[in-house]
Formats: sequence, structure tokens, C-alpha cells
Amino acid sequence: MFLIPDIVVRFYHRMASPPHYYAFTKQIMPWLVVIFVLLTGAGLYGGLYLAPADYQQGDSYRIIYIHVPSAWMSLFIYMVMAITGAIGLVWRIKLAEVISISSAPIGASFTFIALVTGSLWGKPMWGTWWVWDARLTSELILLFLYLGVIGLYGAIDDKKIASKSVAILAIVGVVNIPIIHYSVEWWNTLHQGPTVTKMDKPSIHVSMLIPLLLMALSFKFYYLIALIQRSRVELLNRERNSQWVKTMLSEQQQ
Amino acid sequence: MKPARKQRLILIGLMVVGVSIATGFALKSFNDNLMYFFSTTDVVEGKAPKDSLFRLGGMVIKGSVERPNDGLMVRFKLTDFSKDVTVEYTGILPDLFREGQGIVANGKLNPQGVFIAEEVLAKHDENYMPPEVKASLKNQSETGKGQ
Repeated sequence: MFLIPDIVVRFYHRMASPPHYYAFTKQIMPWLVVIFVLLTGAGLYGGLYLAPADYQQGDSYRIIYIHVPSAWMSLFIYMVMAITGAIGLVWRIKLAEVISISSAPIGASFTFIALVTGSLWGKPMWGTWWVWDARLTSELILLFLYLGVIGLYGAIDDKKIASKSVAILAIVGVVNIPIIHYSVEWWNTLHQGPTVTKMDKPSIHVSMLIPLLLMALSFKFYYLIALIQRSRVELLNRERNSQWVKTMLSEQQQ
Repeated sequence: MKPARKQRLILIGLMVVGVSIATGFALKSFNDNLMYFFSTTDVVEGKAPKDSLFRLGGMVIKGSVERPNDGLMVRFKLTDFSKDVTVEYTGILPDLFREGQGIVANGKLNPQGVFIAEEVLAKHDENYMPPEVKASLKNQSETGKGQ
């Protein structure tokens, strides 16, 4: 590993140790919450109050400040889940397995929010709650993949075996991610094409774009907060027989 | 890297590649079914089904929307900028239905080649801007034409 600087390797090894992770995340948590609250406040104020109405959709377009960040998060969290799952499979790092499975319910929630908000917007704008076009269907499959991961993990009692099975399921499902992203370009869909993430300049006015990016960032921080909370509980549960958890508990009881 | 880890990493890589290739073939063979709608050119060239319901997508030609009988029946022309198809629809149109707007209609062709729609959905484009910007863009393009 001569390509990676020594500090990075040392940080990585320290973070991979459960007691250190547990203590470190407790320290940074208040900061994350403060940043999240500030970003969400700024994003919502900008999006719901400062940003002008759209020339065609009026105020209805404002659902993009929830819908689009949720949809981005649903893809992003899936990639985190699959990559940490793969790291867990290859290097057998306990923490990677914990991060992977703790991401699943959060990703499933974001996918659900993206589907519901899209449906609510679709009824007045398209004239229908739901159509079976490529984008909507592949996003629904993503929700089922998340639910499959959660279900499979819960169904196996031995959490070591459960983590391995779940990681393989998550990695197989990765094939769906580019399909969701490119579905609006590869096929005729009712869903519109990409607005922000296309190669040339975004086709959204800058006064509407900035709150959207703020909201996207705020959702990232929400994910981080929720992930840390879930992973700490999962870690304690898995390590309940280890020495550091016992020491910590006996220190707290005194 | 230890051999066992390397082996596992290669195995995962092969799994991803294999699944991607399999999905690629599957999507390629189902390509036509994954298209949500037919274009107007497909209909004019006879690629669309004759007797069954299908979806037709295109842009509503400016100035083509008319209500012949003063009722709910609307007649308009759809285009994909090469061929046109006439559509007839009886019912309430969605908010975003406008001339110059993309729509998707579900229905079937009658013997005269007119598409009788049972359902009309508006297809929103990916552009978002305030009304003032839209107005100034319109002014610019109009003055551009005048020169």
C-alpha cells in the first residue's frame, strides 16, 4: 500500500477499530447536527420562500427540493451499502459490515420518499399518480432491493453469515443503479430528463439551483447522522460480549 | 495484498461484470417493451400496433388545438419534428397540457389514421426558470428573428 500516504492508512486503521469509532462518532455528533440544521434551514428558506415560482408549474415545482435530493440519496446510499459490503466481504472488516447494513433502512426511506413525492407531483402535472415507465419502475425495484437486504439480514440469526449474504445481494443489485440514472436517456419515459447532472450547464435557473444544492447537502448530513446513530447501536449489539463494551458499561455504572 | 483477499476481490469483480453483461443482454432484447411510448414517425411508418391500445408521445403543434363541437372533444396534432399525427381526445386535460408541450396519449388508431386517445398525460421538460426569465428569453428570440 505504498501509494496511499501513511497518515491516511493510520486513520483508516484507527477508524476500523470499533471502540475508536464509537468514541469518535460521539464526539463529532453535535457538530454534524448543527451543520445539518443550518443547511436545512437555509435550503428550505431559499427553496420555499426566496426562489421564484416556475414559469410553467407555478409553486408545484417546489417539491423538487425534497424529491430530487431524496432520489439522489437513494442511489448514493445504495452505492455506499454495496461498496462497504464488498469491503466487508474482501477484508472482513466488522465496521464495514455494520455501516453497510445500517445504511439499508435509511436508503429505503429515501427511496420511499422519492417515490411518494414524485407521485404527488405527478398527479397534477402529468395527470397520473403512477406510470410503468423505465425511471419509475427501476426506482421501485431499488426500493424492493433495499427491502430485500433488510429482510435477508433479519432472517439470518448468525450476523456474520447474514452480512455476507446481504453484501452479495447488494453487489448484485448495483447493476440497477446506472439503469435508474440513464433510464430517461436510454428509453422514452414520461419522467423528464436530467436537469442538474448533465454534461452541459444545468437547465435550471441559478436562484432555484442553489437551494436545491443546499438541500442535497443537508440530506447528506442527515444520512451521516442517521447512519452513525444506527451503526453505533448495531456495533454495540454485535460487540456486546467484547471487552471494550464491558469496560465502558462498568465505567458508566460507577 | 494477501492471496485470499485478492481472490475474493477478483471474485466480486467477476460477479459484477457477469451480472452487468446478463442484464445488458436482457435489456437489449426487451428494448422495445421498455419504451414507454411510440413516436409519431413510428405511427406514420406503420410500426405501431393497428388494433390494440398503445401510447403515443410527441409535441403538440402550436396552433393545432381545436374544439370542433364546442364540447369536451379536443383535436390536436402531435409531432416529433419529422412526421405529424392527429389526435382526438374527450375529457379533462392535465395542467401542463399546452401548445408546444410534450405529451403522452394512450389510445388506438382509427381506420382514418387518427389517434383516438383515452388518456392524455403531460410530459414535463427538464427546464426550470422564473416567469420573468422565460419572458426575457422569449423577447430575445423575437428580436433575434426581427433582425
